[in-house]
Amino acid sequence: MGTLHIVSKSPFASSALADCLRVCGEATILLIEDGVNAAIADNKWIEPLKREGLTVYVLQADCEARGLSQRIDSEFTLTDYAGFVRLCCEHTPVISWY
Amino acid sequence: MSAGAAKTAGFAKPANSPVSLTFALLVLGGVGSQSQISALNFTRAALGAGHRVLRVFFFSEGVMAGSAQNVPAPDTDAIAAQWSALAAAHQIDLVVCATSAVRRGVLDSGEANRYDRAITLQNGFEISGLGQWVEACLLADRTLTFG
Amino acid sequence: MAAMKKSFLLICRRAPYGQALAREALDVALTAATFDQQVALLFMGDGVLQLLKAQQPAAIAQKALDKQLAALPLYDVETIYVEADALQTLGLALSDLVLPAQPLSAAAIAEQIAAHDIVLGF
Repeated sequence: MGTLHIVSKSPFASSALADCLRVCGEATILLIEDGVNAAIADNKWIEPLKREGLTVYVLQADCEARGLSQRIDSEFTLTDYAGFVRLCCEHTPVISWY
Repeated sequence: MSAGAAKTAGFAKPANSPVSLTFALLVLGGVGSQSQISALNFTRAALGAGHRVLRVFFFSEGVMAGSAQNVPAPDTDAIAAQWSALAAAHQIDLVVCATSAVRRGVLDSGEANRYDRAITLQNGFEISGLGQWVEACLLADRTLTFG
Repeated sequence: MAAMKKSFLLICRRAPYGQALAREALDVALTAATFDQQVALLFMGDGVLQLLKAQQPAAIAQKALDKQLAALPLYDVETIYVEADALQTLGLALSDLVLPAQPLSAAAIAEQIAAHDIVLGF
């Protein structure tokens, strides 16, 4: 089973995403809380998030809360809390970056 | 790349439910941090999907969630009360790390006596050592941190 | 439960003294070790500074973290990794650190993450 990396801080405020991307290799990333900011279309973090071997999910509730629902890059998959739970079931270990 | 309709993955529970897993959660964020709400929402979703949440261990700033002294914003339920209610309904251990707790003024009757302070721990929570977190890691199928 | 053993990897990313989390992560490592678990620590990013020798935090009213870390081998926690890129970024050599540490490349870190049962980020 693959590793799930959960990033909950904005890449514009914290090194959490940068640190994660440096060392995660091929993995699944879930962006939650302020971490969803990384998925805003056309920002500088989009390209690193789209590198080969990464699958990125974005928590929908956090996008909606921040008025970002229509601004998320269309290639990322929005998910709900049920999906968040399922991702945790389908991956191990689960590591949080914050 | 354009913005707009990102793909949405619906995760409806299938008729034949997948295996039920046991989760242990470590919560580090204070009451002003969204991590408490994320952990609560995750717990509700996990329970709703038929999984078990064995223990939620509050550590570092996260111990503040266990204070009965917190007065929530109007029309909001206190974080502590939300956790207590979930725990009571679903047999979840709510454990506050002893060292982190006393440093931040979260005290049960034992600690309050020892340090001559007021009791501040919310009903439904217990104060204990990091061993409870390590034990939870051993017993759970998945461990998850909200920081 | 006494027989159950899992492998724990603690990833320490924060600089020392600016907040309590570095020391709190150490408490987790020591507790897991006293429960006879397999514990490894990875210091990455700012976290490598936790291992820097000759810290003198008396003037900021704190206990020396490097001395606490140096005690890890006494608890049978001897697997210490450091992120090679972070050492380079900060201009540090292995000899600047209070503990013997194995430098890891990014790819090697990904392998270590995947190889552990429980990975806790601090």
